[in-house]
Amino acid sequence: MAETTTPGSGPTQPATNGPAGPGERAGIDLEIKQQHRWYRRSEVVVPVVLVTLGLSLLAIVPAPTGRFQSQFSPGREVSFGWDYFFHLIPQMLRGLYTTARATVLGFLIAATLGLVMAMLRRSQNRFLSLPVAFVIEFIRSTPILVQMFFAQVLVRAVDWISVNAIVILFVVLGIHYATYASEAYRAGINSVPKGQWEAAIALNLDPVTKWTRIIIPQAIPNVLPTLGNYLVAAFKDAPIGDAILSTAGVLFFANTIRAEDFRPVEPYLLIGVGFLLVSLPAAWLVRRLEERIEYERD
Amino acid sequence: MSVTDADPRDVSEKGAASVRFRSVDKAFGPLTVLEDLHLDVEPGERVVVIGPSGSGKTTILRVTMTLEHIDAGTIEIGGQHLYHEPTSSGQLRPASERHMRKVRSNIGMVFQHFNLFPHMSAIENVMLAPVKVHGASRDEAQHKGMELLAKVGLSEHANHTPGQLSGGQKQRVAIARALATSPSVMLFDEVTSALDPELVGDVLNVLRDIAEEGRTTMMLVTHEMGFAREIADRILMFDKGRIVESGPPSQVLDDPQQERTRAFLGAVADH
Ligand SMILES: Nc1ncnc2c1ncn2[C@@H]1O[C@H](COP(=O)(O)OP(=O)(O)O)[C@@H](O)[C@H]1O
Ligand SMILES: [Mg+2]
Repeated sequence: MAETTTPGSGPTQPATNGPAGPGERAGIDLEIKQQHRWYRRSEVVVPVVLVTLGLSLLAIVPAPTGRFQSQFSPGREVSFGWDYFFHLIPQMLRGLYTTARATVLGFLIAATLGLVMAMLRRSQNRFLSLPVAFVIEFIRSTPILVQMFFAQVLVRAVDWISVNAIVILFVVLGIHYATYASEAYRAGINSVPKGQWEAAIALNLDPVTKWTRIIIPQAIPNVLPTLGNYLVAAFKDAPIGDAILSTAGVLFFANTIRAEDFRPVEPYLLIGVGFLLVSLPAAWLVRRLEERIEYERD
Repeated sequence: MSVTDADPRDVSEKGAASVRFRSVDKAFGPLTVLEDLHLDVEPGERVVVIGPSGSGKTTILRVTMTLEHIDAGTIEIGGQHLYHEPTSSGQLRPASERHMRKVRSNIGMVFQHFNLFPHMSAIENVMLAPVKVHGASRDEAQHKGMELLAKVGLSEHANHTPGQLSGGQKQRVAIARALATSPSVMLFDEVTSALDPELVGDVLNVLRDIAEEGRTTMMLVTHEMGFAREIADRILMFDKGRIVESGPPSQVLDDPQQERTRAFLGAVADH
């Protein structure tokens, strides 16, 4: 066992009986410090809050609408032109915005529904845990491409459901990634040592206190990096919606331009760059978070 | 949300309680660990359980804390059934979660490996149950918590997290945490055996203080025979899930009647 004793804090004082002395009195009014918790430390909280704010903005502000259209026709004699490439950037960003927005909305569903799924799956009640486990395994083992088709067919076939294609996209993304998130939550919950659960019983904590004060705070640090990775993965899956549901994301942008100008190289290359510009910093942030939390745990 | 099982005022008022085991059986799969256990512990009594490793000492404490559930028999804490509830016709039926929680609120336990909450400071560990379970105000709980930390010699360490404390300090915080709800029965499972030898003394001192105050019934498992002799009203020698011998320290430790006890004490004395 690693034992770190702060300097000069050896257990030298004998245990004392009776009322506390004057020194102890001062201690009683002590201000309780909480800055040691990882979720209260500025190095962790500031990036997380900034990212969350950015993502919320994305979720709230709708994407501009309108057709994707190039402003000039490129010459036929070359297969790649920088002028043409650069002039497509604003439209690509518009598509990227739509894709990112669907990702974020879907991920909000995934993060919350995933926690609910994880807790239902742990339930003592088999009539609850078994069906939930089955649904999770089923969704995890079928491709999101097929699920997207299925959702589209379902929405078309059932006439009392009438929703926007973008809604289908983020709901399917959300449910699909909720099953992955639930496994991450489950692993995080299982990583809380047995002694912590037993201490909760010995102190007779009620279930709400046990989960909110003991289990979830210790499980979340292990889960956050995995959730971050799933956010990036969901972002990369979101263009499937453009292909199947014709949502106006990046892939739809590239397809439209190719169909109009017969120039595939520039638009597809451009969306590759767009993904890189988002995914690389995101992956870097997740990595930082991982290191940070690893460090906190030691 | 806090579930208040009792008026928070009684917390400090209620005294030591009796513990009564009747025909208690406990098995893990094919392994029978407790067999037809009968035991009465008087209010305020200090019972030390000794015996070879694997004889079921920890299991007695764990079933009393409801960390493991018994297979048969009954356990009563201060006259209230822990695993059963009386029906209106006077018969017993298995206890509801609610009933078990109510009776369990009278019991506290200190573990071999402390089981402190690592994401909370010492004082937060101590305050949690009084605030969340017993409905104490934060001020009240903090005041009492600081008194308890002072009592275990750790007022200077109130804001330290478990990671910043030595093993002996952690265990003393764990004892303060268990005391914070003023349990009528306290269970101590080899609370010094995970500690470096030089840190054992401080923890034993704290246990002596608790014993001296006499506000709680104590059941202790320990291999510290000198300490057992000093603190125990009664020593239980345990082997293979049964009580082999029971009596005051002067009898069990100095003049054991059973061959098993002699063999065990001989083995312990050898090292
Ligand atoms: N949760 C468990 N599952 C299976 N076997 C257990 C469990 N807990 C304890 N045992 C077994 O029960 C026996 C008694 O254990 P324990 O009460 O811990 O003994 P002691 O504390 O006297 O060393 C041991 O053989 C141990 O391996
Ligand atoms: Mg043991």
